[in-house]
Amino acid sequence: MWEYTDKVREHFMNPRNVGEIPDADGIGEVGSLACGDALKLFIKLGPDGRIADAKFKTFGCASAIASSSALTEMIKGLTLEEAEKISNEDIAEELGGLPKEKMHCSVMGREALEAAIANYRGIPIPMAQGEVVCECFGVTDLEIRRAIHESKLKSVEEITNFTKAGGGCGRCHERLEEILREERQEIKEKPAAEPAKKLTNIQKIKMIEELFEREIRPALRKDGGDIELVDLDGDFVTVALRGACGTCKKANLTLKEYVEKKLREQVLDSLVVEEAH
Amino acid sequence: MANTPPVIYLDNNATTKVDPAVLEAMLPYFGELYGNPSSMHSFGGQVGRTLADARQQVASLIGATSEEIIFTSCGTESDSTAILAALQAFPEKRHIVTTRVEHPAVKHLCEHLDRLTGHKHRVTKLPVDRDGLLDLEQYEAALNDDTAVVSVMWANNETGVIFPVEEMAKIAKNRGILFHTDAVQAVGKIPINMAVSAIDFLSISGHKLHAPKGVGALYVRKGAPFAPLIIGGHQEKGRRGGTENVTSVIGLGKACALAGARMEEENGRVRQLRDKLEEGLLSKIPNAILNGHKEQRLPNTTNISFEYVEGESILLHLDQHGICASSGSACTSGSLEPSHVLRAMGVPFTAAHGSVRLSLSVFNTEEEIDCVIDKMPGIIAKLREMSPFWRSSHQGSVGGANCPCECS
Repeated sequence: MWEYTDKVREHFMNPRNVGEIPDADGIGEVGSLACGDALKLFIKLGPDGRIADAKFKTFGCASAIASSSALTEMIKGLTLEEAEKISNEDIAEELGGLPKEKMHCSVMGREALEAAIANYRGIPIPMAQGEVVCECFGVTDLEIRRAIHESKLKSVEEITNFTKAGGGCGRCHERLEEILREERQEIKEKPAAEPAKKLTNIQKIKMIEELFEREIRPALRKDGGDIELVDLDGDFVTVALRGACGTCKKANLTLKEYVEKKLREQVLDSLVVEEAH
Repeated sequence: MANTPPVIYLDNNATTKVDPAVLEAMLPYFGELYGNPSSMHSFGGQVGRTLADARQQVASLIGATSEEIIFTSCGTESDSTAILAALQAFPEKRHIVTTRVEHPAVKHLCEHLDRLTGHKHRVTKLPVDRDGLLDLEQYEAALNDDTAVVSVMWANNETGVIFPVEEMAKIAKNRGILFHTDAVQAVGKIPINMAVSAIDFLSISGHKLHAPKGVGALYVRKGAPFAPLIIGGHQEKGRRGGTENVTSVIGLGKACALAGARMEEENGRVRQLRDKLEEGLLSKIPNAILNGHKEQRLPNTTNISFEYVEGESILLHLDQHGICASSGSACTSGSLEPSHVLRAMGVPFTAAHGSVRLSLSVFNTEEEIDCVIDKMPGIIAKLREMSPFWRSSHQGSVGGANCPCECS
């Protein structure tokens, strides 16, 4: 169970300003059903240019609803220039804090506000202009970079907590690491990653063939057998056993306990050897 | 907390109340009867005899013999023990067949086997259809000469959907493949008879059937190859080292005896209450969808999606009324994606985030069910009133930040 503050619980149970403003001056929509949370924010300006009314509709968990409710209370009476300065941290603070895994709810509030202001001004939503890094949740690098700076994020996990980026299939984790390094000005200290992980298929095939020639074939030939590389698909190495090996009952054991072991020791420790049928 | 409502516990697939009779059976062994069941003296020996009785009680519930029961610390340990034992029986085989909807105890084990065995294994995860059912032809086609073990749950914890594990085990047996089933949700809820089964390994968890947490059992069919996970003393005939958790094991035995006696009630009164609850919610609340096959299902479980609202919000509102339930929404799963079970079933996102699982036990009453049927419509209506997708012209993505989500 999440540890919510009393203020979060209170805003969740009795949300302020739920609804729509039919003649709103600005409407900001962020999130989607697929993403698991979404916020539609309506703002109406008074004659003095200040936000006279704000309403919201939110699909999401308790912290998403509480963040939306708190946000509408916070922006009433502000000029757009003042409202623009509200950060996600301000929203979280207003609620007495949010669990770290839920910080993205406050980020969603802030982004809805930006979208509503952009909508009023007739300009594109600034954060949506960047490169989409996380396709699962539609998060751009601009959103990620800003979150890293403003909330002093130090890890991919924190980026996920704040922006949801990387919380789905995980395919963007490398790119997130990269952005994190760039933003934390560590581009030049990029550590030399283990070269083993970056082997291309061609390199793998070459190394496997070399190992076969150097060690494995001579050993198998002693027993009248032989081996041939048939195919390579990622980490799956398909081989054919020839000669005496082709009919030997212990051939599978040879493949796993000898060939696969050697390949893992000397080429790549994630390889899986399979016999061609 | 003057006005705290009484607890209405409808989360029995998560854990269950320790039956008062189970607690009573356990209490002496927390106190004066502290002997070690392995000791030679009669003070320990009397504990050993009670332990033997408990083993017989567990065996009786599933039609096994007491030699076929090994006590463990939990369902997860039973799962790990069985799957790793099967793999050690066929060291040259590198293929496992399981499903896309297994509990993390099996799912994550299969995904990380190389760390434990030093070998990469190919894992075939069988898909399920919209009702959460498996295709047996697909299952047969997935088996091959490299397959060491099949691990398929008896009943799904989230939807209650029951898999035809008996039939699947026979197919595996014909191919010389070992068969394990995680039956922690099924044992005690539906009749199981290992005497006429081809299943080699079956996992049991104590706290899912009114025994305490921290105790489980593994059924190992007589003659099935076995290798212990925990190596130590001669306890459990050398099949699981470590002094038995005597008190809890005795509780598990008692709970199994009670479950056997209550099988009819579980499949009668509990099923009727579940059906009343389900029909009540589905008829009173629009855009509510049942997840999982309506018939091929445990008698105590219902999983319903309320479209356009989010699960955690529903749970917190239910909590205000003392009602305990679970959800498969992203916000409750501890990740940012909804339950892997609902996604495997192809439940649309409009519904997956708003899923609620209600799981009953023999301790539930009709008044409790009526209370949930009474409270739920208002909660869903209130949340929908707040939802930008409810009755809006554009159900689905609202744009803004672009979310071309294909992470199903």
